[in-house]
Amino acid sequence: MHQASFKTFGKLISGLDQCNATKTKINLISEFIKNIDPRDGSWILVLLMGNQKKRLITGRRLREILQSHSKIPTWLFDDCFAQVGDSAETISLLWPQVKHEHILDNHKLSEDLELAFSELKDSNCMQWWMETLLPKLKDLKDTSQKNAILLLWSSIPDADLYLINKLITGGFRIGVSKGIVVKSIAQSYGLDESTILERLMVTMEPDEKWFKTLTQPEDEKRTNRGAIPYPFYLASPVQIENIRETPATDWRLEYKWDGIRGQLIKRGSGAFLWSRGEELVNHVFPEIITMAEYLPKGTVLDGEILCWNQEADKPMPFASLQRRLGHKTVSKRLLKELPVVFMAYDIIESEQKDYRTYKLENRVKTLEKLYERHKHKCLLFRYNKQFTNWDELEKIRENAGQDGAEGLMIKKKDSCYLSGRKRGYWWKYKHEPMTLDAVLIYAQAGTGKRANLFTDYTFALWNDSNQISDERKLVSFAKAYSGLNNLELETLNRWIRINTIERFGPTRVVEQKQVFEIAFEGVMESKRHKCGLAVRFPRIHRWRIDKLATDADCIDQAHELLKKT
Amino acid sequence: MAVLERRTEGLYCPAAEVWIDPSRPVERALITHAHADHARAGSGEYWAVNQSEGVLRQRLGREIKLNAVTYGEILTIGKAKISFHSAGHVLGSAQIRIEVGKEVWLVTGDYKRCHDPSCTPFEIVKCDVIITESTFGLPIYRWKTGHEITKEIHQWWSGESEHPSLLFCYAFGKAQRVLAELKALGINDEILLHGAVETVTRHYREAGIEMAKTCPVSAIERKNPLKGRLIIAPPSAYRSAWMKRFKEPQTAFASGWMTVRGARRRRGYERGFVLSDHADWPGLIQTIKESGAKRVYVTHGQDDVIARYLREVEGIEADSLKVLK
Repeated sequence: MHQASFKTFGKLISGLDQCNATKTKINLISEFIKNIDPRDGSWILVLLMGNQKKRLITGRRLREILQSHSKIPTWLFDDCFAQVGDSAETISLLWPQVKHEHILDNHKLSEDLELAFSELKDSNCMQWWMETLLPKLKDLKDTSQKNAILLLWSSIPDADLYLINKLITGGFRIGVSKGIVVKSIAQSYGLDESTILERLMVTMEPDEKWFKTLTQPEDEKRTNRGAIPYPFYLASPVQIENIRETPATDWRLEYKWDGIRGQLIKRGSGAFLWSRGEELVNHVFPEIITMAEYLPKGTVLDGEILCWNQEADKPMPFASLQRRLGHKTVSKRLLKELPVVFMAYDIIESEQKDYRTYKLENRVKTLEKLYERHKHKCLLFRYNKQFTNWDELEKIRENAGQDGAEGLMIKKKDSCYLSGRKRGYWWKYKHEPMTLDAVLIYAQAGTGKRANLFTDYTFALWNDSNQISDERKLVSFAKAYSGLNNLELETLNRWIRINTIERFGPTRVVEQKQVFEIAFEGVMESKRHKCGLAVRFPRIHRWRIDKLATDADCIDQAHELLKKT
Repeated sequence: MAVLERRTEGLYCPAAEVWIDPSRPVERALITHAHADHARAGSGEYWAVNQSEGVLRQRLGREIKLNAVTYGEILTIGKAKISFHSAGHVLGSAQIRIEVGKEVWLVTGDYKRCHDPSCTPFEIVKCDVIITESTFGLPIYRWKTGHEITKEIHQWWSGESEHPSLLFCYAFGKAQRVLAELKALGINDEILLHGAVETVTRHYREAGIEMAKTCPVSAIERKNPLKGRLIIAPPSAYRSAWMKRFKEPQTAFASGWMTVRGARRRRGYERGFVLSDHADWPGLIQTIKESGAKRVYVTHGQDDVIARYLREVEGIEADSLKVLK
């Protein structure tokens, strides 16, 4: 068993950062965690997966400390941050330049911190850095914290600054996906990837026990999984042409609901509702938990959590769910105003048996029976849409819209319940998005990979449809970050640089000239936005170089769309 | 009357009726160096440093009317005295000094302050008004020596014996600097070059610059997997059809922009070597101060940042070149 030091971890991180090949990354990680001391290993995995929960000291605070130490003016620091797009990295670039400017005014550190610093070596194990040194820094106040951080920066080699600042700010991400880490653990400990995924569904705690449980050998006769959910199987957007060749009767059609994907578990240990973000959401949706108590033990359902209008037999807009999520405890009023249901569409465990390898049509039959036996106002189920010919598809999708669904799911009848996003069996077929032509008014640089590139845009609509009115103004309406290809991004960036009228910190006000077609999934009323509307999933559909700003749409047109939804 | 003014074609000196690095064809053009954003084809007559003649003629046409000058040589054009002084940017790069009456203006062009075995070192020129570049005008930019970076490049390349190593960098200047540094390190291996790098390298050899042994990639048969070889190519070749010839290469980009991790990740290179032919932040500030200029105009990049810094922190009269009439 070997300890992982800050130094060797740093080497691993730069190794991962300097290669693009997935295979190499997996080899690097799996070599590193083989026979690792579990106390360090748990930290390594938590950090690699970007799951460091605690933010020890904010990036803003680190910036303050750096600025207080230097005579470089604040605006210049801000320009540097805008260029780099990451606080920890900016500091690691600036510190070597400013460290000689002043001598620390007050060296006094508390005794235990003094002790910690006397032991400061990059050969110390990761557990010491994460559990001894960094939490101590966090607990310090004002000047003593400032001095301790400055001392830390001066004590370590410049090359380590980036990593240490990343750990301190808790925003550590290194461009390895969860999938890569899972594959690495599987390779290193001879386990199935799905086993690791299952074991990762419990809360990650960077301690010895968690690491040992995660990496222990497979247990053949596991029966009760406690509260542990199964990894979700995710669908991908469909290209209808690609599946039209197959017989329509191979597929099952379901409505695609716009809610929160959930896995509802009833086992001996109780009832549990997990969201796709692998969070336990029992407290947010108590009525679903109450319903689940009546289900037979050893039942796991896959479905959608929806705010439901019983009278209209339709879901409420997504904003209602967001309101439910916004409250830590749910009041009686909220329960009444915004009741939720669990729309079940799959069963992955029944009578304490793992059903994932059964065919979808058989699983659905089991679910049907369960639904009929356990009628409850919080449990919904929709029977199969009759579908024998691809030509009927569009009509059914239209009906789905009228019934309040956001499109269709097209699922292979003989598909197993897989894990993760595996293409070929489950497809989503959403409605065409709504679109409006809006004018670009602000641009802001992105962060991380998109640093120093204007990728965050604000778009506006006219407040009056009268094109020749003098008082007509553009009102901000949506922000969008995606949808342009690299060439368009480059061209637009050049244009923004030349056509900036004014700067507010990192935000640039640009000439009101460029028109973009913005696509979105829905419109809601909103008090927070200037135009009184909020859109869901806005993104850039097309750059309308053929249009002038005066041709862009106005707010009235957005209100028309609101009426439709 | 100001010594220089801004016109649509570029910086213009009325006393000599010449343009400096004009962006459009003019009658008479003074060229700081042969990079494409400074030297453009179509002008009637050119003045440039003799060492840049080869590259200039290759890029602007064999037939251009070119007056080759030496560093420090004083020309009298119209009412102006004009001289070219080494900028240390690339082979034959110059700062242009213009003296009209009692006033001296200096246009730095692109320049750097650190040692480069492939071109003559930067020369400090005193002036009243300086027009400086500012490509890397933020304090996050501070360079290590080319010697140190080239050692890192060598380590990266020699650590991979099973696959080719593709180093991308600008074909004119950066590539030859790396080759000269490799030679200085005592590397005897033959380095392979992309065609665009090859043509410029020939001009450097003619100018007598000592560089590592080279050979065009095209001269090697396609079946050869080029295991463990270093290949230098321009960034435009990255992810192009040309690159398909190499099996699972490791890739790197040598540029000042590689300081910022996101800039490297966005371009997709595996390694970034921070190596620039422009002045870094300390280099820019030092140069402006050493010039003794009482008035500073800043262009090409972080002009607003440098100008504001000079005004507010250093107390030097400074503006973006945009304000010059």
